[in-house]
Amino acid sequence: MSEDNKKIRIGLPRALHFHKYHTFWEDFFKQMGFEVVVSPETNQQILKRGVNLAVDESCLSLKIYLGHIDWLRDKVDYIFLPRIVSLHKEEKNCTKFMSLNDIVRNTFSKVKLIEYTIDVEKFRFEFFEIFRTVFYVKHSPFKIFRAYYLAKRKQMAYTQQRIKGQQEKIKNKNPDRPMILIVSHPYTTYDSLIGRPIIKFLESQGVDLLYADVVDPHKSKELSKNISGDLYWTYNKELLGSIEIFKPYIDGIIFLMVFPCGPDALVVNLCQHKIKNIPLAVITLDELSGEAGLKTRLESFVDILKLRKKKHG
Amino acid sequence: MDNIQNSKSKISFPHMGNYFYAFKPLANLLADEVIIPPPITKKTIELGTKHSPESACIPFKYNLGNFIEALDAGANVLVQSGGGCRFGYYGEVQEVILKNLGYKFEFLKFVNDFSIPKIAKYIRKNNPKLSRFTIYKTILLVYLRIRAIDEVESYLRKNIGFEKNPGEFERNLKIFLRELERTYVISDLKKLKRKYLKILNNIPIDKPADPIRVAVVGELYVLMEPFSNFNIEKELGRRGIEVHRFCNVSSILHDCFTFDLYMRKFLKYAYPYLKYHIGAHGTESVGLTNKLMKEGFDGVIHIKPFGCMPEVNAMSALYRIGRENKFPILYFSFDSQTSETGVKTRIEAFYDMLIMKKKKTYDKK
Repeated sequence: MSEDNKKIRIGLPRALHFHKYHTFWEDFFKQMGFEVVVSPETNQQILKRGVNLAVDESCLSLKIYLGHIDWLRDKVDYIFLPRIVSLHKEEKNCTKFMSLNDIVRNTFSKVKLIEYTIDVEKFRFEFFEIFRTVFYVKHSPFKIFRAYYLAKRKQMAYTQQRIKGQQEKIKNKNPDRPMILIVSHPYTTYDSLIGRPIIKFLESQGVDLLYADVVDPHKSKELSKNISGDLYWTYNKELLGSIEIFKPYIDGIIFLMVFPCGPDALVVNLCQHKIKNIPLAVITLDELSGEAGLKTRLESFVDILKLRKKKHG
Repeated sequence: MDNIQNSKSKISFPHMGNYFYAFKPLANLLADEVIIPPPITKKTIELGTKHSPESACIPFKYNLGNFIEALDAGANVLVQSGGGCRFGYYGEVQEVILKNLGYKFEFLKFVNDFSIPKIAKYIRKNNPKLSRFTIYKTILLVYLRIRAIDEVESYLRKNIGFEKNPGEFERNLKIFLRELERTYVISDLKKLKRKYLKILNNIPIDKPADPIRVAVVGELYVLMEPFSNFNIEKELGRRGIEVHRFCNVSSILHDCFTFDLYMRKFLKYAYPYLKYHIGAHGTESVGLTNKLMKEGFDGVIHIKPFGCMPEVNAMSALYRIGRENKFPILYFSFDSQTSETGVKTRIEAFYDMLIMKKKKTYDKK
């Protein structure tokens, strides 16, 4: 690996984990002296490529992910693809994240990956894994440590800033406008093809939006036990806890679920059974979803919330 | 347990293959009476589908249907285990769904812990009168019963397609299971197993020297519950195919207690198609397929419930195995809507293809 003349280009697909950790990853690799290439926002073409590449029954998010990798693969030297199995003790991620590397390797024959495993249950922590991986190329421990620290700090600052922004939103709440909590994974909410249009449409309907993923993870995980005691998927735990945190402020909940998301299928159903006093809508997204039907549903849901608001004051 | 202690407690658990014969004594420790839910029928799956989330996988729906039928039959204690993929979360969701339907019952969950002392402790907590000796003895009995069922069924699977008098194997299996249910002494159980293996061995069969060998791999519930896979093994056997299945409850128990070792073994088999464990039984499916291909099997049938996360992950690797080695793999995905005729037609086509392939290799020789 000669990297003196030319910077190594690392590709980050703008899908799945990217929406959660992008500040950290981008900053880390830039500080380490790599060139970071991020795939563009999801568009129809990327989705189409992904749908063709993926197994029919895999979830929409994975199809989009494969589309992004297909876009990246001849433009970069390596694609960054960490395998995040478990982030906390007695917690797991969806099995999709366990097998992402193998799916990518089996789908594309010639693709170079930068990969490491985070599995806290087997004592494989993020820092050591990332250190070991980068050390192959850049033999300067101090530099790696510094980049890791600074990037992590930047990520934390970014998260804090978003949490603060959301709190201010609650403070400056207009009592006439209904407030809706969007409960969905970041890779659904912030994806420009599946989540963004819905968010934009809702904002144009005169409602305030809160995002369930913008929340202090420790607090929300603790509170998620009020709804579900057995839950062991980290991301779903965070989302459920945020329902408990924002409960006093919200008038409605919208679940955005990609088809066929394994964990969400059960968790959302549990919420439908357990959350009684807040109106909630479950919207399932797939690659064929027609916009007109979706808009009608969202409109009527918003109308219901507005009527309820008027009635109860 | 308090409210139930007053009345008679009736325990029930979902079906999976013939294993209720094995688990009955253990369930008996937890309650006064064991209610075996009525056998799975179309009605069970209809009930289950009606009350389940739409994109839940099919085992969830079958289990829920079993629970509803058991509750209607008078059960008031239900048992669900869990672990691996979504299976670990079944219990909680099913409990909420059933409670919302208005049933009153106690729900016992064994989630993600398969260590024997833990299970023993759990039973003692619920029923303090029992001695440790009885509990461990019962666990051993259950284990041996599982082993007996698995060994007999595995012999049956390989030979049922070649029997001279149709129906003889199945008749003997039924008698065996009925006797197994009545056997509570460990030494008798061993005798029983040996006796029936001998009987089955003596049943006349007409087996060619090189029969078509097909392995069934995939998700464990649809593998082990014949109703959910439309009796795929019987269907294959009827056409004179030697069916192999490597997944049964004893293999699962073995895997649970030697987790890392077995994972390493299957990753070795799966090389170069997998590098990491891909969740639940996905690694096993890929590893076995790759291994069996090298061993000279004629084909593999991969079955899974619709939307099963680990098996869908495995499919990308299986596609590659099939593509690179020209190895026939048939994929089935079962849902409450899958039609039996479609399954049969596809098996028929697969069988024809295997025969043609076999002939071709013989001609070359």
